[in-house]
Amino acid sequence: MHINVITKYAPVAVLGLLIALGACGTDSEETASVEDHPLSGELNVAGSTTVQPLAEVLAEAFEALEPGVIIIVQGGGSSVGVRSAVDGTADIGMASREIKLSELQENPELKIHTVARDGIAIVVEPGVTVDNLSKEQIRGIFTGEITNWNEAGGENLVITVVAREEGSGTRAAFEDMIMDDALIADNAILQPSNGAVRTTISVTPGAIGFLSFGYLDDQTKPLAVDGFLPTEEFAASGSYTIVRPLNMVTNGEPEGIAAVFLEFIMSEDGQAIVATEGYLPVR
Amino acid sequence: MTGKQRLESVVKYVLMFSALMSILIVVMIGIFTFREAIPAFREIGIIKLLTGTVWRPGQGQYGILAMIAGSGLVTLGAVVIGVPLALGCAIFLSEIAPPAVKSIVRPSIELLAGIPSVVYGLFGMVVIVPLVRNIDVPGNTGFGLLSASIVLAVMILPTISSVSEYAIRSVPKRFREGSFAMGATKWETMTKVILPGARSGIMSAIILGLGRALGETIAMIMVIGNSVIIPFASTDNPLSIFLSRARTLTGNIAVEINYATGLHESALFATGVILFILIMLMNSSARMLIGRKKWEKK
Repeated sequence: MHINVITKYAPVAVLGLLIALGACGTDSEETASVEDHPLSGELNVAGSTTVQPLAEVLAEAFEALEPGVIIIVQGGGSSVGVRSAVDGTADIGMASREIKLSELQENPELKIHTVARDGIAIVVEPGVTVDNLSKEQIRGIFTGEITNWNEAGGENLVITVVAREEGSGTRAAFEDMIMDDALIADNAILQPSNGAVRTTISVTPGAIGFLSFGYLDDQTKPLAVDGFLPTEEFAASGSYTIVRPLNMVTNGEPEGIAAVFLEFIMSEDGQAIVATEGYLPVR
Repeated sequence: MTGKQRLESVVKYVLMFSALMSILIVVMIGIFTFREAIPAFREIGIIKLLTGTVWRPGQGQYGILAMIAGSGLVTLGAVVIGVPLALGCAIFLSEIAPPAVKSIVRPSIELLAGIPSVVYGLFGMVVIVPLVRNIDVPGNTGFGLLSASIVLAVMILPTISSVSEYAIRSVPKRFREGSFAMGATKWETMTKVILPGARSGIMSAIILGLGRALGETIAMIMVIGNSVIIPFASTDNPLSIFLSRARTLTGNIAVEINYATGLHESALFATGVILFILIMLMNSSARMLIGRKKWEKK
């Protein structure tokens, strides 16, 4: 009986062994890469919901290269990203804005890695005849001082301001770069996502708002700011200035998997992914 | 014990377990929401939270009066528009419509209840809002209380209409026959006998609709503008208050919870507690009204 089992399954076992050996021979490249980077373990990434989709794609590509690594990407917002990197809840925090001075003062160990950049476009409903605004004019419109397009070189049409909700990284970046310390008017229409802002602007005559570059399409008309249209070329050359960094932060110099992952993001392959996802590469 | 009896007792306990689970879930949600809201109640203070008119979490200002006003006004608007419509439907279905018409109208109204609220929101955004924008009042963008009330009125219509229809149909037949026997017309019977007879049922239908209206979130976010301002009338006509933008209590939570941390998050849970209490009050008053039937008392 016992012998029977062995003789019965021996050929199968030998066959299996042969297949395994054969696999080693033909797929030597993959085997080599695992040997080069014997990485395994879990990496927690958390923070900005703007960086999150990009981080997820990057993580997927990285996991394909390093099969032993599992990357968990969570949202929560930029402030959560910074905080969870500091308190160790996450290995890497994500922030879709500059790291605040107060955050750096509280945590001098914080290391900022700018992995991509994202332009913010000022868009209007396509019926608006204005094509260019200065930063001062944009500020005047969003604070509610300028209420009609005829005060900004357009036709007699009431301006409707559309903005993101308080806490949004896109809003924070817009406030940083345009508003200084002025507040966005209380009666602005607030929508909770880039997509909702875009739809609202497209159906509201005279509406103006701001959108991440990735959301530009023919539903809205992008305005030139100080003479430069929001294009990737102008943003890359520095002519278009409403550009925010997408940051990853670590508490101290990154180590282990975090270091390799950040290295991968900054590599040519990583930055190619950044570009295909619609963001501006940093190198 | 026979097999049949054993099955009976198993079924009994399974059903009891389901009933207990639903109570447990409600209690758990209540406890959790309240616990998360405690820091806000403690640090901001209930009075300040309820009466504060400025909501700027970035500056540490947490007042939800504007949202309470927004929820209240949009619900009022929805009731003013929706209740006559819903009652009309209910009366038509129970008293007037021939069976063939009934078989088309009733499923259509029921279908309204099945449309996801995000679809109502989208419809409101691209159809209602542009229509409302035609009202020529300075500052009117179409986004605001009126558009939200119209959308909400349609959303609460099936609830109010079906519960009212049930109330109307449960008015005893002898009332109707008595009225006709005294020579009353159909209209007189309807307004003087049937509607008063079904009044408590209709009231509870309206309150159920109110609860639904208060809880509606995503469709409201899409059409109400979400500005944190206490709605105001922009012309001499006080009705122009309905062209003002506003934010609802539910909208406040949904719009900001993604990014909220610390006290801000707790303040949003506090918003939830207020909403929870409001809806509980609504539902228990509806229950009291349902329990009371006029003709049974006399």
